[in-house]
Amino acid sequence: MAVVFQKTSMLTDAPFHYCPGCTHGIIHRLVAEVLDELGVGETAIGVAPVGCAVFAYNYFNCDMMEAAHGRAPACATGAKRVHPDKVVFTYQGDGDLASIGAAEIVHAAARGEKITTIFVNNAIYGMTGGQMAPTSLPGQITTTSPYGRNTEVCGFPVNMSEMLSQLNGPAYIERVSVHDVKNVVRAKQAIKKAFQAQIDGKGFSMVEVLSTCPTNWGMTPQEALKWLEENMIPQFPLGVYKEV
Amino acid sequence: MASVKFNEEMCKGCGLCVTFCPKQILRMAPVRINAKGYHPAECIDLEKCIGCASCARMCPDVVITVER
Repeated sequence: MAVVFQKTSMLTDAPFHYCPGCTHGIIHRLVAEVLDELGVGETAIGVAPVGCAVFAYNYFNCDMMEAAHGRAPACATGAKRVHPDKVVFTYQGDGDLASIGAAEIVHAAARGEKITTIFVNNAIYGMTGGQMAPTSLPGQITTTSPYGRNTEVCGFPVNMSEMLSQLNGPAYIERVSVHDVKNVVRAKQAIKKAFQAQIDGKGFSMVEVLSTCPTNWGMTPQEALKWLEENMIPQFPLGVYKEV
Repeated sequence: MASVKFNEEMCKGCGLCVTFCPKQILRMAPVRINAKGYHPAECIDLEKCIGCASCARMCPDVVITVER
């Protein structure tokens, strides 16, 4: 019998600390498999964020560093400029990238830094206990919006992929989801294209992955995937936003 | 004939593999628990497994190895 599926060597043996059913694990696997398949696993440099994925450096079997909250694109810029021949990526959540790190990501994209950003959007602050994030949906109940996000007071969700695609620096921007097997396969293809854009020296690339947070959404993992499909995708439409 | 193996100690019992198995031959072990205290996933009818790896692709903890 031939092996159809096994854990990639680009992931360490450390067990993920994520809650049961959290799709961070799936996205970690996709990134690790892509690095392996592109043959850049040995030399890749990853930058971990602050947020649920703060321990990402324990899980990827390549050189990793930890950035201050939101500053992963700035650290990645430095790494890439010192090592222009190496693949550099950041792995960031929506609290990290769309809120405190909004300035860093916009300017890294505008400069066309040849880095790849994996942006995990689960519409909530996971690690700190389920507070409202810039990406929380109108009416979404979180610990800091117990009556639902009021757009009169709190404004509207930030669509990062659409926003960054208006700039000239990015070479590849796509939004994908991981709510079923078909979309997981698509997400992997998107991540591969993004890394390929970096390897080809085209410019900044980002893949926004819609993800779940069963614990803070107060749902089972199955309900969370359904909620993602029914509520998040209408607000955050999937697709390629920029490809040069 | 396919084979599906679970690294049970890494399983967190989320049940996504059970949900996405097209043949509905997976379940969470009803009595057994692992060191983390979760009921790990198990296959109840390996004869019916088609080796599609849907379970493995949806597993957030990369617990599953599939052979065909």
